[in-house]
Amino acid sequence: MAERWNAGVIPYAEMGYWEPDYEPKDTDILCAFRITPQEGVPPEEAGAAVAGESSTATWTVVWTDRLTAHEHYQAKCYKVDAVPGSPGQYIAYIAYDMDLFEEGSIANLTSSIIGNVFGFKALKALRLEDMRIPPHYVKTFQGPAHGIVMEREYLNKYGRPLLGATTKPKLGLSARNYGRVVYEALRGGLDFTKDDENINSQPFMRWRDRYLFCMEAVHRAQAETGEIKGHYLNVTAATMEDMYERANVAKEIGSIIVMIDLTVGYTAIQSMAKWARANSVILHLHRAGHGTYTRQKNHGVSFRVIAKWMRLAGVDHIHAGTVVGKLEGDPAMVSGYYSTLRDNHTEADPARGLYFSQDWASLPGVMPVASGGIHAGQMHQLLHHLGEDVVLQFGGGTIGHPMGISAGATANRVALEAMIKARNEGRDYMKEGDDILKAAAKRSHELDVALATWGDISFNYTSTDTADVVSTPTTAG
Amino acid sequence: MRITQGTFSYLPDFTDEEITAQIEYALRNNWPLSVEFTDDPHPRNVYWEMWGLPMFDLHDAAGVLMEVNACREAYPRHYVKVNAYDATLGRQSTMLSFIVQRPPDEPGFRLERQEAADRQIRYTTHPYAADRPTGERYDGS
Repeated sequence: MAERWNAGVIPYAEMGYWEPDYEPKDTDILCAFRITPQEGVPPEEAGAAVAGESSTATWTVVWTDRLTAHEHYQAKCYKVDAVPGSPGQYIAYIAYDMDLFEEGSIANLTSSIIGNVFGFKALKALRLEDMRIPPHYVKTFQGPAHGIVMEREYLNKYGRPLLGATTKPKLGLSARNYGRVVYEALRGGLDFTKDDENINSQPFMRWRDRYLFCMEAVHRAQAETGEIKGHYLNVTAATMEDMYERANVAKEIGSIIVMIDLTVGYTAIQSMAKWARANSVILHLHRAGHGTYTRQKNHGVSFRVIAKWMRLAGVDHIHAGTVVGKLEGDPAMVSGYYSTLRDNHTEADPARGLYFSQDWASLPGVMPVASGGIHAGQMHQLLHHLGEDVVLQFGGGTIGHPMGISAGATANRVALEAMIKARNEGRDYMKEGDDILKAAAKRSHELDVALATWGDISFNYTSTDTADVVSTPTTAG
Repeated sequence: MRITQGTFSYLPDFTDEEITAQIEYALRNNWPLSVEFTDDPHPRNVYWEMWGLPMFDLHDAAGVLMEVNACREAYPRHYVKVNAYDATLGRQSTMLSFIVQRPPDEPGFRLERQEAADRQIRYTTHPYAADRPTGERYDGS
């Protein structure tokens, strides 16, 4: 033991950060890291180094460790598994005592877990694949401002996915023209329209002007249909003060929902989640920027971890993939994200990328949002892959309809209701999907035209982020 | 106009067979059904009148349809909807809710605007039918 405290550098594994016999406690936070050690670095040492650098360690022995109950605070790498089919890659399992983290703070949690360690020279690459957050820690977070059930009861909409569209073109429209798109889409049958992530307050359209015109559009559409409608007003701004100002105006003029971008940062997201609960406004989160660190399989942070953090942070909606649309999303992986966001309990399921079981201790679910290159002709696939508690957002697939925006919205709504009806009647809607849509289109000219325009469009590219246990990557099919 | 509340408002009105198929779906999921009616279709009117209690112990679709039809006969010019409820922990909410009867004529809503300071407008949605007392809307009954 004496050598442990000799001044100088010794392997992390010998400093107590590698403990193959350790049995994680129910209260521990667990992480699964994909590690790619440099040549000559044994995987156990690499795993121990990650444990060390993400908890108490520095590069050399320090005597001041002996002033603490250091064994309690040291993170422990307790298992390292080779990744099948990927030589040089390993999954390192690391346990952290809950005392390492401030209660209810995503910023603090992430400063440890994905702090310095991602630039660590002994590793070629590092990816945080999944986390197990114990209920004891879950309960220190607010969680979704409202959650799926409360949102549905507030909107009075049950039994089907919600429908939305992002206003296009996303940049350049004047506030008055922008509101026209919102009005047409909502009165045609959508539940929501949405600002895009980069619509904030630019020279061509300042935020307050947009808000006022959008509220005229929302209320007009509500009176036309007798149905609750909403438009996600993006309150993303340079400072918290600006965001609060915009959110408060949105609330005062009657918006039921506001949105923020992931780029505002974890602390701002938690602040807005508190604001959203206090002010009875639904909070939508656009995951702008996530692809920079979620997409590549060997380095970064998996989206399932971001999904967990955002559920804790307290958003009501988050974009989580479409499977069949234009953006990255392996079906099995997306299924794992959706379970992570919606279910109260998920079992470990390697085929869906879920490394740990997760108990959410009744924290409300987050409504996943599917957006990007989807259209009415895919309705059966969307329902099959994504289920019922989801917002399906057809931007181009609404606004690009040859008969106009309102017709595009109607086409989507008819297709959706026809598919839900068929599913509930016990039909094999995946197999009969095209027939169900064609039959519905006989009584809806809007849907008929939509199917003629987009019926054959699909995006069947191979995903980059896939489960290791699946030997062949899956496509949407 | 046609009020588009409910799960299936963009499809043609359901036949009794189509209503029965949806009731059977709910029963397969162990969701008890209930029937509600109103002559105030304001989008924020949450509490439609209950046609009796939710049918927790009725597992026969034909029996549920009988209640639906009894309500429709008693209130032939009201809105009537069928709800399915899931009491499972974590949900404890409505799972399906669709309109099965509408008044013959739906006059819709007036949007009232109150012009306020700095270009703000206060909006209020007013059902034309609500100008008359409940029970006397939609031509009487």
